[in-house]
Amino acid sequence: MSIDTQTAARVAKLARIAVPQEDLPKLASELNGIIAFMEQLNEVDVEGVEPMTSVTPQRLKRREDVVTDGSQQKAVLKNAPDAREGFFAVPKVVE
Amino acid sequence: MSDLNKLGISEARDALRKGGVTSVELTNACLGAIEDAGALNAFVHNTPEIARAQAAAADTRIKAGDAPDMCGIPLGIKDLFCTKGVPSQAASRILEGFKPEYESTITQQLWDAGSVMLGKLNMDEFAMGSSNETSIYGDVVNPWRRGNDDTPLTPGGSSGGSASAVAADLCMAATGTDTGGSIRQPAAFVGITGLKPTYGRCSRWGVVAFASSLDQAGPMTKSVRDAAIMLGAMAGHDVKDSTSAELAVPDFEAALTGDIRGKKIGIPKEYRMEGMPQEIEQLWADGTAMLKDAGAEIVDITLPHTKYALPAYYVVAPAEASSNLARYDGVRFGHRAKIGQGDGITEMYEKTRAEGFGPEVQRRVMIGTYVLSAGFYDAYYNRARKVRSLIKKDFEDVFAQGVDAILTPATPSAAFGLGEMADADPVQMYLNDVFTVTVNLAGLPGIAVPAGLDKQGLPLGLQLIGRPWEEGDLLNTAYALEQAAGFVAKPAKWW
Repeated sequence: MSIDTQTAARVAKLARIAVPQEDLPKLASELNGIIAFMEQLNEVDVEGVEPMTSVTPQRLKRREDVVTDGSQQKAVLKNAPDAREGFFAVPKVVE
Repeated sequence: MSDLNKLGISEARDALRKGGVTSVELTNACLGAIEDAGALNAFVHNTPEIARAQAAAADTRIKAGDAPDMCGIPLGIKDLFCTKGVPSQAASRILEGFKPEYESTITQQLWDAGSVMLGKLNMDEFAMGSSNETSIYGDVVNPWRRGNDDTPLTPGGSSGGSASAVAADLCMAATGTDTGGSIRQPAAFVGITGLKPTYGRCSRWGVVAFASSLDQAGPMTKSVRDAAIMLGAMAGHDVKDSTSAELAVPDFEAALTGDIRGKKIGIPKEYRMEGMPQEIEQLWADGTAMLKDAGAEIVDITLPHTKYALPAYYVVAPAEASSNLARYDGVRFGHRAKIGQGDGITEMYEKTRAEGFGPEVQRRVMIGTYVLSAGFYDAYYNRARKVRSLIKKDFEDVFAQGVDAILTPATPSAAFGLGEMADADPVQMYLNDVFTVTVNLAGLPGIAVPAGLDKQGLPLGLQLIGRPWEEGDLLNTAYALEQAAGFVAKPAKWW
């Protein structure tokens, strides 16, 4: 599997990271190096092996479906780059 | 006494209890040492007011009697831990100005035990790196040098600030986190003890997430005993972390008898890497002989999938990182890019993340995005998770044969020069974690213990890997190794 500049651009888009056009060839080559390293995994016989979901043999715990926290609007908004009237503010998303 | 900052946890605890010294005095000694050590770039946000107030409170508590072991002990905290009202940036530009409204469970437990926060410690950005060269705060410098050569060396990473600070006696101990070796590799590079507990032993709540199935915090200390004491205060079940184990926290220090007679120590043949420096090979052989002399039984073992641990790690960790780091969008906290006329919310995300993440973080987020994307999920991500199951089974098979602990080198080399790897491809840097990363994939406890110096005078460490949840037994074996190795060297002060 080889990553071309077009694939690199698509991955950058999916990751929501702006990459200037002129940087794409270098990015593609770096990603290719890492992917080539991962290709070693193809040597392993994984027939019938379960993919790991939890490293320790425990079920995810459940708790009562009740409110345990809340009413902290001020604290929640404290670190927002732009908060107005009790909301997070973002550029216009609907026309 | 002007050398109070040189004490470790257990010595300080004993001195505090005897009443010969106060926490305020210990704290002031550390604050002074930090002030003198700007050249190391280890502490990046100092909190002297908090430290002095906590120290005074600790002294009152100690005087009243029944203070816990960690009471009055001045600590450094890795920048990855959220600390209320104090910058917690994960050494990233994207969290510039972020002051959490909450405290991580681990740091809260340490403050509840009476410990003192000196400040926040430098690290690789989002804990992604093995040399502490990806930090927005700049490189951390290792207090050790190659003889009389003043080339600045890396303290390792990602907990490089923690390592440098403990080795240079700027604090008595520090918190670290370990996703692929980020406690053990830097500990080995600076000649201190670093313990990664069993996955689930310490709560991850309030610790900025990198790869959630691998991340685990632990102590970085001046001795094995100190690691045992500090782990006791960091560990425990937490309802806020659904993967934290509902197990009682034993008295780890009480496990340190130094008696390892009859223990079975495995030596895995797959860790004998091609091109491994002779000095590392020798150190490993010496460590094996020390454990044997202490009465342990040495057995050759095989961990057949070791070779595939790094490639599996570099699928799983970036995949989880790409998902975890999706939260940095310029909306709720941290940096937001200035956007142009006509830019919408997508451009805001893209510009914010391009400005806020450094090159290594961007690379890993994109690799993770790629291996999780439609069409590649099975070929990369699921295959890596299957290989991970096999790596874990390798260890289970060995433990089933009665092996109590496994001895390996901690790192494939001593500390290297800052900038020396700048032109290497990213995979070369990843090889630093070759001996440590298997332990994260299998969720096991692992500890790096300083065991000797190389011919340039730099520290080298050995790693012991234990059975899940048996940190006490692991610490005891490490204690026996520490006693036998008798490593007491300290870096000569040049900073």
